[in-house]
Amino acid sequence: MPCDKVVHMWVCVLVLLGLVVAGSPVTAGVTSDLTMIDPLPPMETHGFFEVRGGMRTQDDPHEKDFSILEARLQWELFTYTDWAEFKFKGDVWGDGITEQGEYDTREAWLFTRPTDDLDLKIGRQVLTWGTGDLVFLNDLFPKDWQSYFIGRDKEYLKSPSDAAKVSLFADLANVDVVYTPQFDPDRYITGEYVSYWNADLGRRAGRDALVASDTPAQWFRDDELAVRVYKNIQNDELAFYGYWGFWKRPGGQKPSGVATFPALNVYGASLRGQVGPGIGNVEVAYYRSVDDESGKNALINNSEMRYLVGYTQDLAKDFNASLQYYLEQLLDYSDYRASLGGGEKRDRFRHVITLQLTKLLMNQNLELHLASYYSPSDKDAYLRPNIRYKYSDHITLEAGANLFFGQKSHTFFGQFENNTNIYGAVKYSF
Amino acid sequence: MKIGIVVIASCLLVSISFAGEPAPVLTADQIAAKANRMALYQGEDSKGKVRMTIKDRQGRIRKRAFHMLRKDVGDNGQDQKYFTFFQKPADVRKMVFMVHKHAALEKDDDRWLYMPSLDLVKRIAASDKRTSFVGSDFLYEDISGRSPKEDVHELVETTDRFFVLKNTPKVPDSVEFAYYLAYVDKETFLPMKLEFFKDGDRVYRIIESVKVERIHARENNQQVVYPTVTQSRARDLENGSETTMTFSDIHYNIGLGGKVFTERYLRRPPRDAMR
Repeated sequence: MPCDKVVHMWVCVLVLLGLVVAGSPVTAGVTSDLTMIDPLPPMETHGFFEVRGGMRTQDDPHEKDFSILEARLQWELFTYTDWAEFKFKGDVWGDGITEQGEYDTREAWLFTRPTDDLDLKIGRQVLTWGTGDLVFLNDLFPKDWQSYFIGRDKEYLKSPSDAAKVSLFADLANVDVVYTPQFDPDRYITGEYVSYWNADLGRRAGRDALVASDTPAQWFRDDELAVRVYKNIQNDELAFYGYWGFWKRPGGQKPSGVATFPALNVYGASLRGQVGPGIGNVEVAYYRSVDDESGKNALINNSEMRYLVGYTQDLAKDFNASLQYYLEQLLDYSDYRASLGGGEKRDRFRHVITLQLTKLLMNQNLELHLASYYSPSDKDAYLRPNIRYKYSDHITLEAGANLFFGQKSHTFFGQFENNTNIYGAVKYSF
Repeated sequence: MKIGIVVIASCLLVSISFAGEPAPVLTADQIAAKANRMALYQGEDSKGKVRMTIKDRQGRIRKRAFHMLRKDVGDNGQDQKYFTFFQKPADVRKMVFMVHKHAALEKDDDRWLYMPSLDLVKRIAASDKRTSFVGSDFLYEDISGRSPKEDVHELVETTDRFFVLKNTPKVPDSVEFAYYLAYVDKETFLPMKLEFFKDGDRVYRIIESVKVERIHARENNQQVVYPTVTQSRARDLENGSETTMTFSDIHYNIGLGGKVFTERYLRRPPRDAMR
C-alpha cells in the first residue's frame, strides 16, 4: 500500500493539475460580464461503493480466517480543456485484514495529443500490453496478484505506475515508450493477506514472517524503461518489446535473507490475429537476469525464456472459451542446480495450461465465469469461479471462490493452498 | 451486458437524397439492395449519440448510452469501420468497442474491446450474429445489418406506402427465424418495419422505425438532406420485453480519417466523437 509520502505527492500533483486546468487559456478566455471568476471546465464524477467479504474454507495457521473484509469507495473525476484531459481515480477503504483505513490513488494523469502523430500520458496510470489472457510475458507493468487471489475485482490485478507514456504513430510502425523514474514493483505476496512458501524457513509462512525487502527506490537511478514497437498488418497485430528495469517481485535475496529486486532486461515479441473462427496469439520473451548471467549465483534468479500460445473462440451463443499454453524455461539450469545446494528446486520447465470460460445468461445480466490455471509439471492448480448478477444498472451482486490445489507446498499455486477462499460482494455504482 | 457484438445502429443513421422521383419498377432483389444501401451506407461517415431503454416483462428498466462513429471503406456496399464508446451503465462506462466489418460473407468481422480500468485491449472472437446486442432486444445483426446475400427476396405486396418483401434465409439452420417481412418505404427506401416469423406463420419479433428526421449534411460540397430514423423499437413477443433506441446529435460526412479506427483511438477516443 502506498505510504503517506506518495499520497502527499499525488495530492500535490492534483492541486497542480487543478491550477493548470483553472488557469488554462481556454477557460481564461471566456469572459463574463457578471463575474470575474472563470467558469469551471465540465467535470465528470463517477465511482462505486462496495462491501466485500470472504472466508478461508480451511484453517491457515499463519493467516486470519477472513480472507477479505472491506468496505470500499472509489471516486473518479474527469475533466478536459482544449489541449488536454485530466483524470483522478482514488480508492478509500476500511480493511478488516490490516484493521485500518487504507487509501490508494489508482490514477492521476494528464493526457494530451500535441501533434497528429504523438500522444502523451503523464502521471499515475494503469498500463497493459501484450497478448496473454491473465498471463503476462512482455507486460512488466506492476501486477497485484494478492488482490486477485483474495477475490477483489479483476481491475485490481493491475496496480498503477507513476510514469510518462510517449506514443509515436507512423506508417512504418507505432512506438510506445514508458519511462518510470522510480521502480514500481508488483504488489507481491508479502504474507499479510496470503500465506506463502518461505524457502528460508522451509515451510509455509504468513503474518508470522512478512517478507522484508530492499526495494530500489532512488528517483532517476532505479528507473524503468519499457518500449513497444507494433504494427497492424491486415489486422494481424505484430509487436516487439523491450524492458530495462528490475524483477517485479523479489528475484533474489541478500545473505541476511532480505528480499531484493535484481536488475532485469526483457526482450520479446508477439503476434495476434484471426485464426479460423477464433483469435490466436503467440508471445515469447527472454528474461535476462543481468546480475546473474552465468546462473551461478544462488541468491539471484537465473535468466528465463517464456513462451505462450493461446486461442479464444465463441463456442455457442454468449459462451466464450479461451485456452492457453504457457511455458517457463529456466536457463543455465545445471548451474542453478549446482549453486542451490539443498532445499526445494524449481524444474527446468514449468508448464501451465489456462482455460477461461464465460457464459452470459438472463439478457446478459448474469455472468458465469471460470478462470483456471493448471500446471502438469508443478502438479498444482488454481481455479477462480465467479458469478455476477446485475440486479439493476447500479447494483451488482457477486460471489466467487479462489481454489488452490497442489501436491507440494512450495510450487507456484500449491504454496497458496491454505488460502483457498470463498467471497461475496455487493457493489453500488454511480 | 454483452458488448461483444457492437456495431453501429447505422441502419438508423439512414439517408436518401432522391426523394420525390417517381419510383421505377424494381425487382425484389433491387429493392432489398437499395434498402440495405440506404440503411447502412449513406454518407461516407457519421457520428451520433444513442440511448437505449430496455423494458422487461415485469416492467423493469435498464438503460444504455453510447456514442458511435462509422466510416465506410471503399465503395458503397463494402466494408465499414465502427467505434462504440460506452457511457452507461456505470460498469461499462468508458469501455470502447471497435469493429472492422467485412461485407464478404466468408470473412468474420474483426473486433476489439478496450477496458480502461485495466488499460487492456482485448481482441474479441467472432460470435453468432443473432446474439443480443448489449443485453437489448436488438440483435447484433439488426444493428450491423444482415447482408442481402443471405436471403432470397420476394416482393409479396405493394401498398400505398410500402414495398413488402419476404426474405427467406438461404441457410435456414443459421438463424432462428423461418422468414421475415420487411416494409420498405416506397419513397425513402427506409425499412419501416420488420416482422420475424417462425413455426410457420407465427410472428415473434417486430422492429419498427418510430421516428424519422431530416438530417442536413454536405455531400460533394452540396447541401443534402438525409431522412434518418432517429427512434426505433424492437419487441420480443415471446418474452414480453422491448427496447427503444433513440439517436441524437447525428452528423454525416464529418471527414473521419481512416487512421481513426486503430488501437490509438481505441485506447484514447478522438475528442470530437465524445462531445
